[in-house]
Amino acid sequence: MGSITLKGVTKRFDDVEVIPPLDLSIEDGEFVVFVGPSGCGKSTLLRLIAGLEDVSGGHIELDGRDVTELPPSKRGLAMVFQSYALYPHMTVRKNIGFPLKMAGLEQSAIDAKVEAAAKVLNLGDYIERRPGQLSGGQRQRVAIGRAIVREPSSFLFDEPLSNLDAALRGTMRLEISELHNTLKTTMVYVTHDQVEAMTMADKIVVLNKGNIEQVGSPLELYKNPVSLFVAGFIGSPAMNMVTGEPAARHGAHTIGVRPEHLRLSTEGGEWSGTVGVAEHLGSDTFLHVEVDGIGTMTARADGEFPARHGDRIGLTPDTARLHRFDAAGAAMTA
Amino acid sequence: MARNVTTGQKAFWTVCAWTVGIAIFFPIFWTVLTSFKTEAEAVRAPALFDFDWTLENYSTVFDRSPYARHFLNSVVIAVGSTIVALIIAVPAAWAMAFSPTKRTRGLLMWMLSTKMLPPVGVLIPIYLLFRDTGLLDTRTGLVIVMTLVNLPIVIWMLFTYFREIPGEILEAARMDGASLKSEILYVLTPMALPGIASTMLLNVILAWNEAFWTLTLTAANAAPLTAFIASYSSPEGLFYAKLSAASTMAIAPVLILGWFSQKQLVRGLTFGAVK
Amino acid sequence: MATNHSRSIAKLMVSPSVLLLLAWMIVPLAMTLYFSLQRYNLLYPTQQGFVGFENYAYFLSAPSFWESLFNTLFLVGGVLFVTVVGGILLSLLLDRPIWGQGVVRILVIAPFFVMPTVSALVWKNMFMNPVNGLFSYAAKAVGLAPFDFFGAAPLLSIIFIVSWQWLPFATLILFTAIQSLDGEQVEAAEMDGASALSRFRYIVLPHLARAITVVILIQTIFLLAVFAEILVTTGGGPGSASTNLTFLVYKESLLSFDVGTGSAGGIVAVVLANIVAIFLMRAVGKNLDL
Repeated sequence: MGSITLKGVTKRFDDVEVIPPLDLSIEDGEFVVFVGPSGCGKSTLLRLIAGLEDVSGGHIELDGRDVTELPPSKRGLAMVFQSYALYPHMTVRKNIGFPLKMAGLEQSAIDAKVEAAAKVLNLGDYIERRPGQLSGGQRQRVAIGRAIVREPSSFLFDEPLSNLDAALRGTMRLEISELHNTLKTTMVYVTHDQVEAMTMADKIVVLNKGNIEQVGSPLELYKNPVSLFVAGFIGSPAMNMVTGEPAARHGAHTIGVRPEHLRLSTEGGEWSGTVGVAEHLGSDTFLHVEVDGIGTMTARADGEFPARHGDRIGLTPDTARLHRFDAAGAAMTA
Repeated sequence: MARNVTTGQKAFWTVCAWTVGIAIFFPIFWTVLTSFKTEAEAVRAPALFDFDWTLENYSTVFDRSPYARHFLNSVVIAVGSTIVALIIAVPAAWAMAFSPTKRTRGLLMWMLSTKMLPPVGVLIPIYLLFRDTGLLDTRTGLVIVMTLVNLPIVIWMLFTYFREIPGEILEAARMDGASLKSEILYVLTPMALPGIASTMLLNVILAWNEAFWTLTLTAANAAPLTAFIASYSSPEGLFYAKLSAASTMAIAPVLILGWFSQKQLVRGLTFGAVK
Repeated sequence: MATNHSRSIAKLMVSPSVLLLLAWMIVPLAMTLYFSLQRYNLLYPTQQGFVGFENYAYFLSAPSFWESLFNTLFLVGGVLFVTVVGGILLSLLLDRPIWGQGVVRILVIAPFFVMPTVSALVWKNMFMNPVNGLFSYAAKAVGLAPFDFFGAAPLLSIIFIVSWQWLPFATLILFTAIQSLDGEQVEAAEMDGASALSRFRYIVLPHLARAITVVILIQTIFLLAVFAEILVTTGGGPGSASTNLTFLVYKESLLSFDVGTGSAGGIVAVVLANIVAIFLMRAVGKNLDL
């Protein structure tokens, strides 16, 4: 019902190819997240799927139907924009009802669907207000309501939570995930925040300069990143990268070890260093350590670890969780 | 200004400003005032308020001359050209604001430059063309001319207002299944309504006051007020009270409209160079 | 935002405007050019023929041409001077803390909205008329002889009227610009010991430079084409003392019905406008970032 397939899709702006030929398959009902740094092409890709931009080459198929030449209004998709893009001169009711009006539904049918959507999203009290009178979170919900009411084959989200404050972001993240569980419709979600990606996705697509670096489930990307880029992008705090002699000793050009996979000891370890900044969160402790001969590394310890600025500390990587990369930045298997 | 201005200073500047303002406004005030005097009073030593107020001049102007017809001409030409210009300009401004190309900027500049053409450069061909097609001294002909003369400004102003509408909202409409017509009708126009109204206001003012084509292409039939008042320039002009009444009625509509349109004036006539 | 679909629709939506403006500009201009090379007088329609640049020679050699050229430039220059200087002073005045600023602004803006024929007639008949006008009454009241404005100084009188009409425009533009001046800059200068005059010269004036440029450019376009005021007050006279280029062409074309010469004059007017525009852009273009 909601499958999306991209075959050899390219995008050029003037003479610059921002997306080289790209293939991607999204199954019906999946929650797929496009993630990557600014300018990697994730929003562009989303807009190509939506039909707001033309592809320079290749095909886009929705449920096996070639939609490459179809305008956005005919693709049966719904989009939630970063700035919500609500119609400022219409009430919440009219905003949510607008797509139904465009589809030619009767007013009674429209009213019924709008009421239903408003109930699901807890907008009942605001239904006669204008967007200008709503808070950020409420506006976001109206935008989602407007998308839901169309019963699209897939939802497209373009960095919908970027404009919200941190606390609200957390709540909305949960709401969107729950929405997915309820509706079971395909969702394609763009974000630069890898925490959002990791927590919400069934499948993550990591993009870099228009290229797909890796596609996989969150845990797969966490455990088996295929490149330096993915390894460094996924996980917070970021993976520690070590080159030179210490890496060679493990048989690689570059080795990567996540902060949580470093064993800390006051009695020394494979590497030794001096604690720079120590962050005590209570639930975790993050130590930023100046490691002799290597540089700055970040280590994480469970609970409360009594280290302070200036202490000497030993770090040992968990060899089973060590990632080895060759000179080209690709992961070395086995 | 964080510093406190003394009341004395404020009073001083207030007097200066009001004096200058009154001096500049005086001719208009005097005209309106004179329109209520009798001819004898008007020519006599100037009286400020103590004279016999009368409305006879207004009725004279209306009864003894085709003033009503010319007033109507002004209305038809100003409003008509505004509506026609709007119909042509809205799509153009939409296209330039939301689907800009490399050429868009150049295109706009070119359009504005057509307004810089001295009208005398095309007076003869237009005159002859109108004469041969029977458009001379017709309201239709003048509506056409006024539309073309002001089209660049209308497009320009609409363009600047449309650009202030976030493109994403129109994209959302597209995603919501809106056709182009629906997009313009249900989303763009309501959001741009203040801007459209401002543009219409400015255009009505410009067309009402235009004093070249309205003087050269019209005669008894289609002459708007600009031309009709011009006919007062010979002996008629010395009937001060009558002249005042005719003038007051001619300028009142636009004077009032103009007071509401100062911001639009700055935006429209400086082509956005001053904000 | 732009898809092929929306791009082709966009082109369709712009084309009526482009075509109309092209037609409005190119076709008549080409015709004027054509006529200017012809001998064609509406009173003698049978006598037609190609005469090359004879019309131009005739037009440009007439003493009335040089007089009207001078008058045109003098008119534009005069009005520009009065409105820019006056506009700066007025906008500075309006920027002071005063009571009722809104009302004063309305009073000052008003002349711009008065149609040119009305303002010209009101000034000519009710103020400047040497017998019954208000100015003559004021002169007589202090024992001076009334001044025959349009007889003795026709061009200056017209400059006066046109300036009165355009002063509001300049003031409004400059006032808008002044209001956008950061007050803190001026205060900082004051702290640095700058006198009011220095503050004006080194801070306010440069800030206004762009607005002044715009005022000059826009007004020049319209001032070159002053017409109604001349038609209604002096009819260009006495002689050609108050005729500008626009009026001269009008006289030739629609009063003498000499299409050939009039067209040549029209082309000359277009050329002049372009020269002035280029000149202005060069002299003043560095203030604009178009």
